[in-house]
Amino acid sequence: MKFDTPAGQNPIDQLKVVGKPTDRIDGKYKTTGTAPYAYERHDVVPNQAYGYVLGSGISKGRVRAIHVEDAKRAPGVLAVVTTLETPRLERGTMNTAYLFGGDAIQHYHQAIAVVVAETFEQARAAAFLVEVDYAAEAGKFDLAAEAKGAPPVPSDSGEGSGGDGEERVGDFEGAFAQAPVTLDETYTTADESHAMMEPHATVAAWDGDKLTLWTSNQMIAWGHGSIAKILGIPKANVRIDSPYVGGGFGGKLFVRADAVLAALGAKAAGRPVKVALTRPLIANNTTHRPATIQRVRIGATQDGTITAIAHESTSGNLPDGDPETAVSQTKLLYAGANRLTAMKLAHLDLPEGNAMRAPGEAPGLMVLEVAMDEMAEKLGLDPVAFRIRNDTQVDPQAPERPFSHRDLVGCLRLGADTFGWAKRNPRPGQVRDGQWLVGLGMAAAFRNNMVLKSGARVRLDGSGTVTVETDMTDVGTGSYTIIAQTAAEMMGLPLDKIVVRLGDSDFPVSSGSGGQFGANSSTAGVYAACVKLREAVAQRLGINSADAVFADGAVRAGNRAVPLGEAAAQGALSAEDTIEFGDLAKKQQQSTFGAHFVEVGVDADTAEIRVRRMLAVCAAGRILNPKSARSQVIGGMTMGTGAALMEELAVDTKRGFFANHDLAGYEVPVHADIPHQEVIFLDEVDPMSSPMKAKGVGELGICGVGAAVANAVYNATGIRVRDYPLTLDKFLERMPDAA
Amino acid sequence: MSRRDRVADAPVMAKVGLTVNGQRRELDLDIRTSLLDAAREHLHLTGSKKGCDHGQCGACTMIVDGRRINACLTLAVMHQGSEITTIEGLGQPDNLHPMQAAFVKHDGYQCGYCTPGQICSGVAVLAEIEAGIPSHVTADLNAPIEVSAAEIRERMSGNICRCGAYSNIVEAMTAVAGRQA
Ligand code: FES
Ligand code: FES
Repeated sequence: MKFDTPAGQNPIDQLKVVGKPTDRIDGKYKTTGTAPYAYERHDVVPNQAYGYVLGSGISKGRVRAIHVEDAKRAPGVLAVVTTLETPRLERGTMNTAYLFGGDAIQHYHQAIAVVVAETFEQARAAAFLVEVDYAAEAGKFDLAAEAKGAPPVPSDSGEGSGGDGEERVGDFEGAFAQAPVTLDETYTTADESHAMMEPHATVAAWDGDKLTLWTSNQMIAWGHGSIAKILGIPKANVRIDSPYVGGGFGGKLFVRADAVLAALGAKAAGRPVKVALTRPLIANNTTHRPATIQRVRIGATQDGTITAIAHESTSGNLPDGDPETAVSQTKLLYAGANRLTAMKLAHLDLPEGNAMRAPGEAPGLMVLEVAMDEMAEKLGLDPVAFRIRNDTQVDPQAPERPFSHRDLVGCLRLGADTFGWAKRNPRPGQVRDGQWLVGLGMAAAFRNNMVLKSGARVRLDGSGTVTVETDMTDVGTGSYTIIAQTAAEMMGLPLDKIVVRLGDSDFPVSSGSGGQFGANSSTAGVYAACVKLREAVAQRLGINSADAVFADGAVRAGNRAVPLGEAAAQGALSAEDTIEFGDLAKKQQQSTFGAHFVEVGVDADTAEIRVRRMLAVCAAGRILNPKSARSQVIGGMTMGTGAALMEELAVDTKRGFFANHDLAGYEVPVHADIPHQEVIFLDEVDPMSSPMKAKGVGELGICGVGAAVANAVYNATGIRVRDYPLTLDKFLERMPDAA
Repeated sequence: MSRRDRVADAPVMAKVGLTVNGQRRELDLDIRTSLLDAAREHLHLTGSKKGCDHGQCGACTMIVDGRRINACLTLAVMHQGSEITTIEGLGQPDNLHPMQAAFVKHDGYQCGYCTPGQICSGVAVLAEIEAGIPSHVTADLNAPIEVSAAEIRERMSGNICRCGAYSNIVEAMTAVAGRQA
């Protein structure tokens, strides 16, 4: 189905099943420990051996020799595969760093060997018997040192926030020089780790030259193609299965070393092998969100109308890597006639920087929305009013392009009312509650809505059950449930008559999960397949498909009603289709909007920061399932709070690696860090997005929330810290007298 | 001692008998096997998750002799005779434990990987409060402990949820506690 004109009335609009806060259909498996994750697939193939991955102990240079004799002789060892005996393997789709093979070391903990043994304990013990000789080389590990002279570099992140290295509208410098009120500040954000709870893991089994991988991956079709390319085998010989993914956040968009080494290990051992990256390997072996240095300049008239806005970001990456697209939201969020955005990229020899939840916007809004807060204060304006004054209904770089639907102002107003924003004291450091300095902060949320081609297959059987198959993944997003809701709505069935099967490369290719494009795109694909199935049903029953009404488990036409299952009594009916998107998204800008409001307490003596209240108001088209959508938003709010207050991969700039590479050293929010979180969705639809009229929410929640926390901390203390994360050491010296 | 001096000997094996989810299980294990791996790899009870294998995340939480522990941080052979409850023992897909049902109702999970640990911890936390075991945030050590959000958050902080379902988990636990009272 081609989607190239705005959606009209369609069966989804009935909202009998779609739009309801349904419990997840996979919930009973997840809560009982019966949902199978990659490393747990004892059921799929017998005789699995264990692989243990060894990471490089240097950050740059060459591996001179790997001594494996002792390891090979160790009890239970079946095989050792080293990078030296393997030619450098091709990279998969969108890998920057090489995953395995050859003697070159690009980054710390790059995989250099896998030891395969009968048991995990044996493989681990033997891995520690491997000795490696390195020829280390000097590398570049310090972003601040390399930032000067970093060239502008374009990026297409594939996640909806790409752009040219430098983009200009009007005369920024001239307008900025003339503006009566200006701000020019520089901020930094830290390297962050996805730290998903399930480590990257794969079970690999060869059957002759055919390979099956039970793995944990967000993008099955990318992974499928990548594995074939990396191993140099035909795609037809590879199958990938990933029905449950224990978190990804962008870290499992691409095939990683676990999949490659499970496959190589299985080949060498001559039997199935399973590999999980150990937790201490993950931060340096895989990808991370790169640190940024961002400069924002804003010029405005006395009444708070922005006349000039510039946002420049510098990040680092390995050769062939992309910049963090931290300036992208600044092209679209606020009006202003004179504009400049630029992304600069320094060469660093740290591990690969790549997409993490809302790449670009997450760190970009952490900065832009603090700058907006600072500017509002300079102007003597309320931060909410300042944002409303500079709202735009068109793309400021191309005013002929309107937003398909944009209600940022509605989010801001409703949020301010609901949160009690009017009670905020605009003078910082004034409100005390016992030992706590209390502050309120807010920020706008913004994230583009991408639409991606997505396919599905649906089959109706004689019992009246519809089975949906698509290679879409559920990474915690609720895909199982919203896909079932979509099929149920389309076929007029209750939810328990729908079976959903996901994550198998034998199924039709979907959008996959990333860039908050999954929910809308994949359900639109299921919609398309169901349209075909409805036609097939009508045809089988001899009904004119235009007259057929699918409701209450039956097909009605005039006064004839036939139970749906009867259409398949003579044999199952199957239909497959793919939704393909025309140029609607080019003609009109599709984005999602929100407003975050946060209250913090800062301990007057210790500067310990506690988040006390959080509210997000979101405008993201039709909300397919308010329960799971809300969870996506609170998850983003939680991760964004982590980015604001604690998350930082500490760079050892001498040896070139992230020093705090486990869950004890890399702190993420825990229960005690997060208060009750409130989420409100504006009731809206966006007919430009798809027949579902929905947009993404999976990343909107993380966008801006960190700045809202930071602005609240400023309101509490009067101390503006521009280097994330806002740890108490950055405040202690500057705290107001506790007296 | 250089690595070369540490060439591994044949694994030392030991018999260990455990009661797991009410069933007596006898295992012959490499003594280096963690309780978590004994469950996941030997008993094929994969509900308990391995998030870190270092006692840093809580995904492996089991209830052992009435107390929750990180099963990755303890060796199976240390639990001769122990009574162990894993997530599989609390309830099954068509026979959910009240805590499991509350997690479903309140959407106290997303990817589901931390979930078995959260649920086992949640069940044990309510029992700890019931038993009058104080926490860091318990204000009055002489009064009965209330199942407040602050108590829940403090006691559950060893169970990381990177998906960020905390707000909903607290609601699920509060609902279960209310029903028990
Ligand atoms: S796996 Fe045991 S605490 Fe993380
Ligand atoms: S549900 Fe994914 S980590 Fe908690």
